[in-house]
Amino acid sequence: MIRIGDAPGVRRLLIGVALVLTALFLLLPLVAIFAQALMGGIDLYWQNLSDRYTLAAIGLTLLVTLLTVPINLVFGIFLAWLVTRFNFPGRRLLQTLIDIPFAVSPVVAGLVYLLLYGRNGWLGGWLDGYDIQIMFAWPGIVLVTIFVTCPFVARELIPLMQAQGAREEEAAVTLGASGWTIFRRVTLPKIRHALLYGVILTNARAVGEFGAVSVVAGAIRGQTNTLPLQVEQLYQDYNTVGAFTSASLLALLALLTLAAKAALEWRAARRESLA
Amino acid sequence: MSIRISQIDKTYGATRALEPIDLDIRDGELIGLLGPSGSGKTTLLRIVAGLEQADGGTIHFGEREVTQVHVRERRIGFVFQHYALFRHMSVFENVAFGLRALPRRQRPSNSDIRTRVMQLLEMVRLSAFAERFPAQLSGGQQQRVALARALALKPDVLLLDEPFGALDAKVRQELRRWLRHLHEELGFTSLFVTHDQEEALELSDRVVVMSNGRVEQIATPDTLYREPANRFVFEFLGEVNRLEGDVANGRLTCGNASVSVPGVEPGRRELLLRPHEVHLAEHAIPAAHLPITVAAIVPVGAEVRLELEADWLEEPWLASVSHAEFERLGITRGRRLFALPSRLHGFDAAGAQNVALPVG
Repeated sequence: MIRIGDAPGVRRLLIGVALVLTALFLLLPLVAIFAQALMGGIDLYWQNLSDRYTLAAIGLTLLVTLLTVPINLVFGIFLAWLVTRFNFPGRRLLQTLIDIPFAVSPVVAGLVYLLLYGRNGWLGGWLDGYDIQIMFAWPGIVLVTIFVTCPFVARELIPLMQAQGAREEEAAVTLGASGWTIFRRVTLPKIRHALLYGVILTNARAVGEFGAVSVVAGAIRGQTNTLPLQVEQLYQDYNTVGAFTSASLLALLALLTLAAKAALEWRAARRESLA
Repeated sequence: MSIRISQIDKTYGATRALEPIDLDIRDGELIGLLGPSGSGKTTLLRIVAGLEQADGGTIHFGEREVTQVHVRERRIGFVFQHYALFRHMSVFENVAFGLRALPRRQRPSNSDIRTRVMQLLEMVRLSAFAERFPAQLSGGQQQRVALARALALKPDVLLLDEPFGALDAKVRQELRRWLRHLHEELGFTSLFVTHDQEEALELSDRVVVMSNGRVEQIATPDTLYREPANRFVFEFLGEVNRLEGDVANGRLTCGNASVSVPGVEPGRRELLLRPHEVHLAEHAIPAAHLPITVAAIVPVGAEVRLELEADWLEEPWLASVSHAEFERLGITRGRRLFALPSRLHGFDAAGAQNVALPVG
């Protein structure tokens, strides 16, 4: 008996369509990026890469990512722990609020931060009195990046921790373990994979965020340009090869992220089949 | 170590989980908390463990008051309903967890931990499985790992939440016997929760029957079965046949059936009896005229279970008779016989009343 959708003709057609679409919409642009970047030869590629402003953009992007990921890692664990282990008024509301950064457009997020921390903003004016500048400087970029990426870790952990329940932690406490021991030896190993996955997603987004950052960065070449902003600026300057050189770095990072994700999933699947 | 629970109560939001409860457990006793789901038995167990905080009342372990003592310092062993083994640790590491979690000054050396854990695994007959992971074990084996883990720190008190609930009948039987032996050997005080009356009766020194957050009766299994304090206990502890009728002049009448019930107050009454308290005969006797028809026959092990119907009964009675009796009476489906109750139980607000009849 042939099940619905299982006729050989239909199957071949569907697989064919999927492959063609994937090649057309995903693979081709990716190849195009590297083709464009290397159009002027490898020497020009290196020259573009070692451009002073590009190097500054790489540096700033790394700084933002290195600050954002650990902060959101801790924040995400904290939030997931709070939501799944305690019952308090407003818990459901909090769970909904976590998704706000996903729900609003990053540009809007950038504008709100500008409103709050800009020189004429509510907090910005006060900070200005102490000569602290948030907007149009790296702290502003870090702030909006944290905002935009903060749900990733919590979103990965909450369903998992809800499904796992707190029984093992309870067992550990009856065996005399302290809070830190319980977290280190019981909770962390259980959520390790989801946590790593959350970090990978946070990392990818932190590196690639454009909308929110472009509002608060002010596009000062060599100072507040992250890689995505640098790509846009070079392209506006009709420096196509330069733009694609920077873009190829971002694409490479995306590929690494995907590889890391695939490796993790493969390992998780293997562990499951062993257990 | 003895446990003294006094006036412990608990409310969740609008739900009264526990009415103030008093319970004294002697050193080395094995106590079963028995009740339907929602009766508060698990809540009580978790309060004794310290996993849940009571709203009021006190708990003493021996002379030590532990009401405000954190779980960590209560020195209890707890076996969870679905074992709650650490899934990412080997059996060995699961059992060693409590020893490794001790403060550095009290923590045994690695070789001492190894000896102690292997000794425990020996005791639960799982030495060969030390390097396995929980997911690679059967339910019964996981249960034994959970026990070994709970006993690793030599707790004064062992608490078990539905310890055999998830196991099949045969393994359950085996583990029960084994736990009983272990308890006699090691002499810890232990409290376990179950909804299975057979389990409670077989395993416990005394059973605490609970319903709706209240203690209905605390007694030895024997007393509980023979002298239930109230209707709830009687009905919860086994199958029940009902007989409803009007009592006048010491005789209960119901349609064309009647039975002598000396000492029962006149009026509308409901009396109860167990299947094994129903005897059968070919003729009625002066004390009991209860005509019935055999509706179904199920041989179960050493006895034959019969379903009895009559137009004076709202729902059929169950009777269990011996094979010898079954053959002597030549019972077949549709056979008309007379039921002779050896005992009838009546319950009202004032308490229990038993009527013994001269049959059987």
